[in-house]
Amino acid sequence: MANDHAANTMLRSPLGRVRGLGSAKGGTHHWWLQRLTSIALLPLTIWFAFSAALLAGASYEDTVAWIGRPWNAVLLLATIALVFHHIASGIQVIVEDYANQEWTKMSSILAVKAICALLAIASALAVLRIAV
Amino acid sequence: MATFTLPRNSTIQQGKTYKAEAGAKNVKAFKIYRWDPDSGENPRTDTYEIDLDKCGPMVLDALIKIKNEVDSTLTFRRSCREGICGSCAMNIDGLNTLACLKPIEDVQGDVRIYPLPHMPVVKDLVPDLSQVYAQYRSIEPWLKADTPAPPDEERRQSKEERAKLDGLWECILCFCCSTACPSYWWNGDRYLGPAVLLQAYRWIADSRDEHTGERLDNLEDPFRLYRCHTIMNCTRTCPKGLNPAAAIGKIKQMLVERQS
Repeated sequence: MANDHAANTMLRSPLGRVRGLGSAKGGTHHWWLQRLTSIALLPLTIWFAFSAALLAGASYEDTVAWIGRPWNAVLLLATIALVFHHIASGIQVIVEDYANQEWTKMSSILAVKAICALLAIASALAVLRIAV
Repeated sequence: MATFTLPRNSTIQQGKTYKAEAGAKNVKAFKIYRWDPDSGENPRTDTYEIDLDKCGPMVLDALIKIKNEVDSTLTFRRSCREGICGSCAMNIDGLNTLACLKPIEDVQGDVRIYPLPHMPVVKDLVPDLSQVYAQYRSIEPWLKADTPAPPDEERRQSKEERAKLDGLWECILCFCCSTACPSYWWNGDRYLGPAVLLQAYRWIADSRDEHTGERLDNLEDPFRLYRCHTIMNCTRTCPKGLNPAAAIGKIKQMLVERQS
């Protein structure tokens, strides 16, 4: 049982347990952003994979120069933002599905968000150091 | 974490075998889940060999034959025997369906029959449905309108408006879909499940209902609605050929629409 209001109250009526704490009146934004980021990442991922393949065997200087070009830097930053947002919200859904204790659920989701945010900032900084 | 293995007192053991009568030519074995809460024993699968030449065509016919002629302790729900009451919902040959609508000849090899998955078992093939019934009650499955009905006629609906309820009103609440959904297995205490969400959409889609927004408010929840990950087991298993996944998709679509 995922929440205390549903479990540990065996004498509570099934309707009382089902109604629980009521509707969170949320979740749509999270769900919708997950769809939007996945759609936006389709062209961005193809562009990134295609570019990375073209850069295979290129020298260090050529690669840095490629990243430094304004449009490439802009698209790389967009890819970084969307990828890490998508990863964090995707893992959040998995944690909500399988973590049963409230504290493991909340701490795992916060940890995932923190890790994804730090990785996103680090990746963005790497691009910016080269491009700016 | 979610529990993936059965507790020790739930592991299923080999049960008794009831042989077909001598001289039977067209024999089919039915392996049926048995559990008696009063015995204190683990659940078991009993094997019943049935002469299909002396049995009706559907799985329910075989169950009734077993109860009448072989083993009267076999417990299951049944009523209408024509797919409209939803009582005989069970897991047959790995798929949730109605025993009365499932032809025996569609099953290759032995016919394995279990109760609806992941529900508390009352006895044998009878699951405890109090939670799903409470969830159904929680979406307030009745017409809610503040405008009084015309004094001497019904609330009117155009043919197009009525057509929106097709594929929804036919649901008989057998809960084959909800109990086929892994998301409902893991989070059934908070996720409403496909059957109840299809019913919720049935009232959202009804042009006579005036509480659409309130109904959407009550569904807008990471657990009540958004545990649906379009796994589609619900649509695959529905014995009435309905599409709960599409109804859930339309609820999500309306929730996005009202924000933009």
